[in-house]
Amino acid sequence: MDELLKLLRHNALESPKNLARMLNLTEEAVKTKITDYERTGVIRGYQAIVNTDQLDVSLVRAVIEIKVTPEREGGFNRLAERVSKFTEVESVWLMSGTYDLLAIVTGRDLKEVAFFVSEKLATIEGIVSTATHFMLKTYKSNGVLMEVEKTHERLKVSP
Amino acid sequence: MSGSKSHPEAKKTGPRDFVAGYLRDIPRSGIRDFFEIVSTRKDVISLGIGEPDFVTPWHIREQAMFALDQGATTYTSNRGLIELRRSISTYVEKMFGVNYDPESEILITVGVSEALDLAIRAIIEPGDEVLYHEPCFVSYAPEVRFAHGIPVAVSTRREDGFRVTRRMLEEKVTSRTRALILNFPTNPTGATLTQHDVEEISAFAKEHDLVVITDEIYSELTYENDRTSIAAVPGMKERTIFLHGFSKGWAMTGFRLGYACSTPELSEAMMKIHQYIMMCAPIISQLAAVEALKTQADTEEMRSSYEKRRNFICAALNEMGLPCHVPQGAFYVFPYIGDYGLTSKEFALRLLDEENVACVPGSAFGACGEGFLRCAYATDLEEIKEATVRMARFVARLRKR
Repeated sequence: MDELLKLLRHNALESPKNLARMLNLTEEAVKTKITDYERTGVIRGYQAIVNTDQLDVSLVRAVIEIKVTPEREGGFNRLAERVSKFTEVESVWLMSGTYDLLAIVTGRDLKEVAFFVSEKLATIEGIVSTATHFMLKTYKSNGVLMEVEKTHERLKVSP
Repeated sequence: MSGSKSHPEAKKTGPRDFVAGYLRDIPRSGIRDFFEIVSTRKDVISLGIGEPDFVTPWHIREQAMFALDQGATTYTSNRGLIELRRSISTYVEKMFGVNYDPESEILITVGVSEALDLAIRAIIEPGDEVLYHEPCFVSYAPEVRFAHGIPVAVSTRREDGFRVTRRMLEEKVTSRTRALILNFPTNPTGATLTQHDVEEISAFAKEHDLVVITDEIYSELTYENDRTSIAAVPGMKERTIFLHGFSKGWAMTGFRLGYACSTPELSEAMMKIHQYIMMCAPIISQLAAVEALKTQADTEEMRSSYEKRRNFICAALNEMGLPCHVPQGAFYVFPYIGDYGLTSKEFALRLLDEENVACVPGSAFGACGEGFLRCAYATDLEEIKEATVRMARFVARLRKR
């Protein structure tokens, strides 16, 4: 992967000037590359990684395993895209193994998610069955630990 | 630090001084002095830390815990676990192109520090001279003196990128010279040698019949250039003691684990000292090191991270008017600060005082380090950014005065 992308994946807020210093490029070159990535869709967006467990908001998240009947010509894509369109659905992947699609769904409470699954998801033609698992606590997300580890302090000056 | 060579008579007022005269003559490390000043202050951003800011990779720590869990709390053979020596043999051959027999040519030690001490003691007779290049790691000269040898510094220069050349060595060699210590990539300059340099130095060592002790502790942190080790030059393995360890490349400083590779005869001699003074390296560290050598992904990831920080700090220093060559290895930059009418110690103290940024004065690494500052960039990028902002402010003020 391009080093610029690696750095942005690590910290999307890094200034073009600092990125340029790290990569031995000019600031202009960095800006052009970023614009190109955005235009071609390699970079789809920038988001903050939020530890919702720390917020005083009601939010539940569930992982849903979905079995579907693949369609002639459409395969899994048409159904997967249909599932993806719901705003309740955060992410969708096509999986190998005992089920086909894995979706992450969010809602204000258990009832809301349960209602979405039973009324909206399970009723889609082609979806054979669903299994819903509610998430209890986040330890690590997008490569970031949710609780800051207390690291052992180094000596202030050493040889 | 008295200059007296013999035990002085007890002073009338103080207690009798039992410390050996030769030891009293060896100064304390300049880094130690500086550490004591820095440690009294709060909220310091330190670019003075000569160790990785990474915690040891998790799979290595996890293996160390498993070892403890399994009751690995015993001595090992004096040479170290054969499993680890085999892994080291494979690694050194793959990365450096030299083959060492795990049974008779590899010795596991408590850090490269112990390995260096063993190497010097194994070859030095009292009065023998040992060449080493400055600016350098603080231990070389004292360790030679502990063995009653005479350390002979060879000054390297900014114009040469702090490489040591055959010509510099020829100026200092005498009939008493017994050995040459090399450390590339170098602490504190980040200098590396080219293949040509290494071949020239090899020819020099052969001509003067010297043993070469090569401290390769930073070799995983080599950037644009290829790694070059003198041990790999044809005909040099026979007269080289190759020292390496896990502290820098694998972020395992606290594990205290190093090794010495050499001929069976030299290895046996070092073993003799090691078995009496140390017995063996800690078994948990040895088992962790076996795990460390299973993949090169960790060292590569850390190297890549250091490289970006190096690029950042070099650009920032040059922009603010502290010229520095771009070091090809280790995690130090060594900018020139001699344009502001301050010694490197004064510069470092004022920088600390006025902006709370700690860098080690170049003079702590030898007389020819005067006029320079060692900035270690094995520190969080956000801290490096803030440190360079503060340094730029400091330099701008100096320029106005």
